[in-house]
Amino acid sequence: MSNADMISAFVNRQSFIELDARERAQSLMDSGSWRELVGPFDRIESPWLPAQGIAPQSDDGCVVLKGTVAGEAVVVIALEGGFQAGSMGEVSGAKMSTALDLAAQDSQNGTKTTAILLLETGGVRLQEANLGLAVVAEVMASMLALRRHAPIITVIAGTVGCFGGMSLAAGLSSYLVMTREARLGLNGPEVIEQESGLEEFDSSDHALVWAIDGGEQRVAMGVADELVLDDVQSIAAAVRRYVAAGLPPVHRSEQFEIYRKRTAALDTSSQIDPLTLRDSWNGRTAIGGAQ
Amino acid sequence: MSEQVGLRGKAWFRALTGKELPMIGDPPSVLTADAKLGDDTARFLCVVPNAQARFPCARHGEVGLEEAYTLAARVREAIDRDASGNRRPIVAIVDVKSQAYGRREETAAIFLAAASAADAYASARMKGHPVITLVVGQAISGGFLTHGYQANRVLAFDDKGVVIHAMHKEAAARITLRTVADLERLGHEIAPMSYDIRDFAKLGLLHKVLHVENPDRPAPATIAQVQKELIGAVIDARAGSTDLSNRLDSEGARQMRKAGRTARTYLQAQWTKP
Repeated sequence: MSNADMISAFVNRQSFIELDARERAQSLMDSGSWRELVGPFDRIESPWLPAQGIAPQSDDGCVVLKGTVAGEAVVVIALEGGFQAGSMGEVSGAKMSTALDLAAQDSQNGTKTTAILLLETGGVRLQEANLGLAVVAEVMASMLALRRHAPIITVIAGTVGCFGGMSLAAGLSSYLVMTREARLGLNGPEVIEQESGLEEFDSSDHALVWAIDGGEQRVAMGVADELVLDDVQSIAAAVRRYVAAGLPPVHRSEQFEIYRKRTAALDTSSQIDPLTLRDSWNGRTAIGGAQ
Repeated sequence: MSEQVGLRGKAWFRALTGKELPMIGDPPSVLTADAKLGDDTARFLCVVPNAQARFPCARHGEVGLEEAYTLAARVREAIDRDASGNRRPIVAIVDVKSQAYGRREETAAIFLAAASAADAYASARMKGHPVITLVVGQAISGGFLTHGYQANRVLAFDDKGVVIHAMHKEAAARITLRTVADLERLGHEIAPMSYDIRDFAKLGLLHKVLHVENPDRPAPATIAQVQKELIGAVIDARAGSTDLSNRLDSEGARQMRKAGRTARTYLQAQWTKP
């Protein structure tokens, strides 16, 4: 692509990040194919937030749409980063794990149903603490059960990113698509700074944060599959490609032998340079993505 | 309390397996052994503190990169060995303060390490291994998601040294901009926020809470009692489903997870509706 084409694509794109969870989910599916399950009018809300003076939301920040992508059955589950930072509570977690279970059931009964997760989440909702942690474990269990029959495509677009327990869910995905704006990590920079000190991680150093957690780095080091522009058409095209690709021959989270060796080879006497890691890990020895 | 993390885990690993050393090639922070459990030979796994760990943020019993990949490897090894025979029970002894909070870990994608260990435990469960978790001390946050929370059955000691939680108290207070005192008060009012194992038990996530004498120094009778409970959990797991549906269908969940159960019922009904 020439520079002129790239600039034109950048200027004319329709931002995905600026869409809310519902619009994001809809934008990826065949037009008119989707219907929302347990939507806001069903009014199943968090019973724990009002007691803490926090307004609940009538979809609990989790949007479930059933429909098709390029004619193939899919369920899209989108977390709303604008509500409690997309955190997982009792209700949002139950919606997500149940939708994954039903996709697995359909897949086993002959209608392969791919799950597409749009993760914008800080992880466990601390106001529902132990139920939040429990639903994350249940979502992971449901993902692993579905993954035996149909792929799970995860998109992390930003700007919340994907952190905490839900980063493990991202790690269990068949395919992981990220934008340059997105971040993915177990512990957010603020949490590391609080727990281990400023010298361990200065969370105000945004260049450092993105150098480690950013989509470009995660793809370049081979732990995510594809870097996409913040553009509805580009992201929809990537999702269509992975739906068509079907299950990968092996999932990244099954490749512990490769990563155990890589961990053993790390020089831990000082901080690890993210760019060096790109060179040494560059994804060539690990299978991931449909490439 | 933080100095105690992992010591209890090690004591119970020794009590149940008669061993206290890692397998050859493993870091000192992950103990794995096969030992008799009733008529079975079970695989026991435990994460313990290693003050000399290569990763400075994983020296106090946290689950870091080496720990997670070692757990994944040792659980997968048991799956492979039993591919054509009796599926051995896998017992996770849990006393972990958290995941490792370090920059090295984030740079090297600890999320994937943690996912790999959870994947191994869940794969064992789905293949028919009874996966039993015994919480003897702390089971916090990503540490528990990585090591223990994918089990068919979770047992915990009824003891004030046992804490199962999404985040340890001090960090949760800082992040939610509350005081520790506020958090403790909220824990009494709002069950899922409590740090008390008896409140946790009300959520219906545990198979059983065990009353044991002096869990820091297990006596032979106490060890025998816990073995008997583990054997019971293995029998129960073998008779049940290989998913985690029991957690949402338990008596406790019927009381405490009404909203989640309603969401599930609605979604199931609407899924097939034309």
